[in-house]
Amino acid sequence: MAAALAIPRSDPAGATPAAAPADALLRVENLSLTRGEKLILDDVSFALKRGATLALVGESGAGKSTIALALIGLLARPQVGLDGRMLFDGADLATSSERDWLRLRGRRISMIFQDASSALNPCFTVGAQLMTPLRRLLGLSKAQARKRAVELLEGVGLSDAESRLDAYPHQLSGGMQQRVMIAIALSTNPELLLADEPTSALDVTIQAQIVRLILDETRKRGASCIFVLHDLALASQACDEIVVLYGGQVMEAGPAETVLREPLHPYTVGLKACVLEIDTEELEPLPSGSPSFASKRPGCRFAPRCASALEKCAGEKPPLIETRGRRLACWNPVA
Amino acid sequence: MSATSTDIFRLLDVEKTYDIGRASASLFGAGKRRKLAALDGVRLTVKPGESLALVGESGSGKTTLLRVLLGLTAPTDGRALFREKEIAELKGDDRDRFARDVALIYQDARGSLNPRMTVLDLVAEPLDHHGLCPRAERRDRVAALLQRVGLPAEMMGRYTSALSGGQVRRVAIARALASNPSVLVADEAVSGLDVSTQAQLLKLLRDLQRDMGVSLVFITHDLGVAAYLCERIAVMYLGRIVETGATREVLTAPAHPYTRALLNASPKFFAPIAEPLPGEIPSPIDLPKGCRFAGRCVEARDDCRLTDPALRADGARAFACLHPLDRPRALG
Ligand SMILES: Nc1ncnc2c1ncn2[C@@H]1O[C@H](COP(=O)(O)OP(=O)(O)OP(=O)(O)O)[C@@H](O)[C@H]1O
Ligand SMILES: Nc1ncnc2c1ncn2[C@@H]1O[C@H](COP(=O)(O)OP(=O)(O)O)[C@@H](O)[C@H]1O
Ligand code: SF4
Ligand code: SF4
Ligand SMILES: [Mg+2]
Ligand SMILES: [Mg+2]
Repeated sequence: MAAALAIPRSDPAGATPAAAPADALLRVENLSLTRGEKLILDDVSFALKRGATLALVGESGAGKSTIALALIGLLARPQVGLDGRMLFDGADLATSSERDWLRLRGRRISMIFQDASSALNPCFTVGAQLMTPLRRLLGLSKAQARKRAVELLEGVGLSDAESRLDAYPHQLSGGMQQRVMIAIALSTNPELLLADEPTSALDVTIQAQIVRLILDETRKRGASCIFVLHDLALASQACDEIVVLYGGQVMEAGPAETVLREPLHPYTVGLKACVLEIDTEELEPLPSGSPSFASKRPGCRFAPRCASALEKCAGEKPPLIETRGRRLACWNPVA
Repeated sequence: MSATSTDIFRLLDVEKTYDIGRASASLFGAGKRRKLAALDGVRLTVKPGESLALVGESGSGKTTLLRVLLGLTAPTDGRALFREKEIAELKGDDRDRFARDVALIYQDARGSLNPRMTVLDLVAEPLDHHGLCPRAERRDRVAALLQRVGLPAEMMGRYTSALSGGQVRRVAIARALASNPSVLVADEAVSGLDVSTQAQLLKLLRDLQRDMGVSLVFITHDLGVAAYLCERIAVMYLGRIVETGATREVLTAPAHPYTRALLNASPKFFAPIAEPLPGEIPSPIDLPKGCRFAGRCVEARDDCRLTDPALRADGARAFACLHPLDRPRALG
């Protein structure tokens, strides 16, 4: 029978919804990013404890990948237009030099991309791509790296690991490629793993395998994980915390259980109403529309699509306040 | 089964094998031919006004089945009938009628639409092609079709490059509706979209299907989508239909362990992540004897590796399993 996966959950009742728990591994504070006229990220703050998982959710263009790229130092250079802090274990990633990043990226912070087939290099074998970071970053000998590579592939559930080392990425299925990426990302025992829609190109069966694998492996290592997800139901299953983004702004954030059981922001409510479960009879889709990123535009970015909008919503930006066990930016919350 | 004459599609034990040549000549010696069975004995009917979901993992044969329905590929064995006539052999008027009557909504809507044509010309193309509309009424017809899919008439002059992903898919649906078809066929038509856009399109498709009485054959790997959109479901695995019936009944009480595995893998609010189905769908080359799901099936017993289960009917449902799961007896 289906065995339950116990997921550590923060206690929603007693929790302070503060963006900055004392034992945070990562604290993103007032992160903003401007590109030309566009304010792509607008004052984004959230924190992540050691060993916890967090979901970044929102529609296409919300800024989810941009946040992930900022956290791994891969935003387009020069890093102009970036404002705010990203405190990782006390040090600010926003002001890290390329030399600092060499010690962080792929070592203490790793990333898994949506499309494994394009993230893996088609010209090198799985073994070469797995052993290079082990040798370069961890200084293992060739024989040691090979042994470790086999262990890692076995760890991510790839059968016949020894012979897979000589395979090229195109010889593997999408699910196997994603496993290889996870093995590479975990090879240096990172403290923070970023997974940008790691399963949206895969079958649900393989999605379940991969999400569980990521959770099991990060938990084993005591690492934290940030998932970029489209599926709120999956977020409720896999993550402790959730950050709902719209047009580069945090709309609602807090413990996933609290936010998703009883969403207060009209946008979160709307997103949740779009999720189809087996017994969904009726859909109430959000009206179409996309946010304006104009930095000078006043008011709530969601207002043009919001059924609860008040007159003031178009003129005055709602502040992100703490209420009912979460953070919320809305003048007229649902319920 | 009686009175089949009204069926739109009937597939009778359709097989589609691909000759994959001598892929492993070095192992088996030159000349050893190998066959890949993409479809292996598929039986299926589509009735007027009915909506059918085809689900299953990637590689289970859904797209191949669709290509057979559309006459894009002929079965290597068995019969594929459209209104009782062999699809691959349709000629003249029958062929034209088929082209008008069966409309496809592509997975890659943007890629399927010529970027140098305006929305007006894209939607009008089937009208022009089949001579369905006098020149003078063309614009009005297109405007009505656009309105039907929730797009403003002003969009007529635009090119697809200036439209969002959701809008492009609406254009593709309007174009599919232009010839007033009796069947809409769609392959993963809402995948890769935001949940909000997806929800809008699904609602649109369901309304269209119900209001216009068209049949719908919809490929998806999302069981929530299948349940919302389609009254009937056919679950495929390695070229076979392993379970079929009314969608609600099949999904609330699956008989086949594979259907249950797909259900368990579907995200569900606040439920713990279930033990995933182990392994991946194997290659349809050199299938083992016995049940083709046995290698991944938690219910498998010794006889499963010897006997290949046939699709057995049980009332309105059918499944191919030697040890079907317990389910509450059908109500009423
Ligand atoms: N270098 C850039 N210059 C200008 N605009 C950019 C740049 N990078 C990203 N953007 C814009 O910033 C916004 C956020 O993009 P991002 O890729 O982070 O979205 P996302 O939430 O990951 O979306 P998706 O779900 O589609 O992956 C988008 O409007 C995007 O077009
Ligand atoms: N033209 C072809 N030549 C050889 N094999 C093919 C061809 N088309 C499909 N197949 C194989 O047939 C099987 C079913 O494929 P397909 O119908 O595309 O599955 P699905 O749409 O369910 O993912 C797969 O193993 C696929 O690799
Ligand atoms: S602030 Fe106003 S417009 Fe924005 S989400 Fe709340 S009610 Fe809607
Ligand atoms: S026949 Fe046996 S192996 Fe096949 S699905 Fe049924 S129980 Fe599983
Ligand atoms: Mg992204
Ligand atoms: Mg397909």
